[in-house]
Amino acid sequence: MKILVCISKAPDTTSKIAFTDNNTAFDTNGVQFIINPYDEWYALVRGLELKEANGGSVTVINVGGAENDPTIRKSLAIGADDAVRINTNPTDALNAAKQIAEYAKENGFDMILCGKETIDYNGSQIGGMLAALLDQPFVSNASKLDMAGNTATIERDIQGGKEILEVETPFVLSAAKGMSEARIPNMRGIMAARSKPLKVVEPTAFDNATEIASYELPAAKGACKMLSADNPAELLDLLRNEAKII
Amino acid sequence: MSILVYANTANNKIHKSAYEAVSYGAQLAEKTGDSVSAIVVGNAENIDSLGQYGADKIIHVTNDQFNDFQPSLIAEAIHKSADANNSSIIIFSHDLSGKAVAPILAARMNAGLVTGAVELPNTDGDFTVKKAVFSGKAYAHVKVNTNTKIVSVTPNALEKKEYNKTATVENVAVELPTSRLKVLSQKMESTELPLTEADIVVSAGRGLKGPENWGMIEELAKELGAATACSRPVSDMDWRPHHEHVGQTGVAIRPNLYIAVGISGAIQHLAGVNQSKVIVVINTDADAPFFKSADYGIVGDAFEVVPKLVEAARAMNLSN
Ligand SMILES: Cc1cc2nc3c(=O)[nH]c(=O)nc-3n(C[C@H](O)[C@H](O)[C@H](O)COP(=O)(O)OP(=O)(O)OC[C@H]3O[C@@H](n4cnc5c(N)ncnc54)[C@H](O)[C@@H]3O)c2cc1C
Ligand SMILES: Nc1ncnc2c1ncn2[C@@H]1O[C@H](COP(=O)(O)O)[C@@H](O)[C@H]1O
Repeated sequence: MKILVCISKAPDTTSKIAFTDNNTAFDTNGVQFIINPYDEWYALVRGLELKEANGGSVTVINVGGAENDPTIRKSLAIGADDAVRINTNPTDALNAAKQIAEYAKENGFDMILCGKETIDYNGSQIGGMLAALLDQPFVSNASKLDMAGNTATIERDIQGGKEILEVETPFVLSAAKGMSEARIPNMRGIMAARSKPLKVVEPTAFDNATEIASYELPAAKGACKMLSADNPAELLDLLRNEAKII
Repeated sequence: MSILVYANTANNKIHKSAYEAVSYGAQLAEKTGDSVSAIVVGNAENIDSLGQYGADKIIHVTNDQFNDFQPSLIAEAIHKSADANNSSIIIFSHDLSGKAVAPILAARMNAGLVTGAVELPNTDGDFTVKKAVFSGKAYAHVKVNTNTKIVSVTPNALEKKEYNKTATVENVAVELPTSRLKVLSQKMESTELPLTEADIVVSAGRGLKGPENWGMIEELAKELGAATACSRPVSDMDWRPHHEHVGQTGVAIRPNLYIAVGISGAIQHLAGVNQSKVIVVINTDADAPFFKSADYGIVGDAFEVVPKLVEAARAMNLSN
């Protein structure tokens, strides 16, 4: 089974968010980057488990600049066999999806696993776009994935509940909580990652369907109004008459 | 020209977020001068009600395969309607339906998609859409360059506006290829009030010490007509079901009121709730970080404060 896992790089959740260049660029100064949690904990680890059970390979792919290499190496340390980086800084999800689709078309995979969304731009776009570009079925927000031969049984979150479905390979899936448990890379994995292949592929030129014009920080929250613990009715009174929400 | 809105359904009912999306489309139409068409796929009760929130026309598309959730087929039906109605702006709700369908449609139409809008698009000159990024810690203004523009709206982000229009209904039976997704079964949540749709959410964390203490949280929720939620360790320890877990790795919500009991306010928790309109924090520790993000705070023991709150709420008879 040939598995492709799409990984993106995201600022560590504790990062301070600030912008430069007149609020048009994210200030990466002092920011620690991680693999986007959904990609790492769920898509990558479940891909590795399936490979370990059924044989095959796990390739990770990232659209990004050379500054992403340490993040990509981490996914090799967790257990991916090889990595591909498409050498362009994605500013638009559709453009990034097209870059991945080009590579996937040429190389043929039985399944493509993505995270359900990135925690920085919170797009929830690339998985569905990839499926459409490759004309493959898309299973969004999957929380379980099991394989028997070429048939996948998948549990996914839908509006108002869960659904269990079957689909034949090839398909594209976006992974949510429940797929697997996070793995911490061990020393052997980290050593092995150094010699695993990380191929750099030059991008194809596509127009950007969207672009970020500017960023804005939310207005600072006013001071918290502290109330006495003895009289919670006061809270309800304020919620009704001041905040006007109950 | 027309603005086309996908009005999603669940359990054969028009979803709350669909009304929001239609109202968003109608408010946008006031700026652009377009008409508003809502598209409903599959069986649904009471589809006329979409006129109330601003649909001029309702396109009701039927096909047997719509009994299951089939994003690729839904995208195809919307694509056909968009072509037939000359729609250059397509609106979704940024809920589980929109997240699955909108990207497929965007790639097929080669259209720019902005997910999770929190305001109406700015249409003076460029078409730019404001959305939350970095888990609610900032906003981005995203410019759409393509002729066809697709926007999904964050649930509960904008006030629904009523228009009370009488919409015409157009029934369309579509031919579709057989889906490659074979749905085996569905488990719909029995909870009457799904967390992401609730206007009020009462949430509790590790400060409650054990699952046996959630009775008072449920009672408070009942009195307020609220849904219940929890922090991640609470769901990890199986004190509460996983679908209640809010935060970075759980669900993100933006209710009008979020009441956090015995939750410290870790940044990963805040990421899922900091878009709530009003936040109330109840915690024994005056230095708990959550107070910095709160509007109202009570430093006190949950086991004393919450029962009193339940009593006070009962006296106000809020749930009616
Ligand atoms: C990558 C990553 C992702 C994460 N994602 C999430 C996520 O999605 N959601 C999430 O919630 N967490 C997430 N976490 C965990 C998060 O960092 C915190 O550990 C977690 O939110 C803490 O949960 P808590 O507030 O319930 O518990 P604690 O931090 O233990 O806080 C308990 C609080 O209860 C108070 N308390 C104690 N007794 C009482 C009492 N009798 N009455 C009132 N108050 C009392 C204490 O003062 C304390 O503030 C994530 C962590 C990481 C590293
Ligand atoms: N630059 C990227 N390179 C490779 N995969 C990506 C990239 N950005 C996002 N993805 C994948 O697409 C998923 C959804 O991302 P998004 O649509 O940006 O929220 C992520 O969880 C990743 O699996």
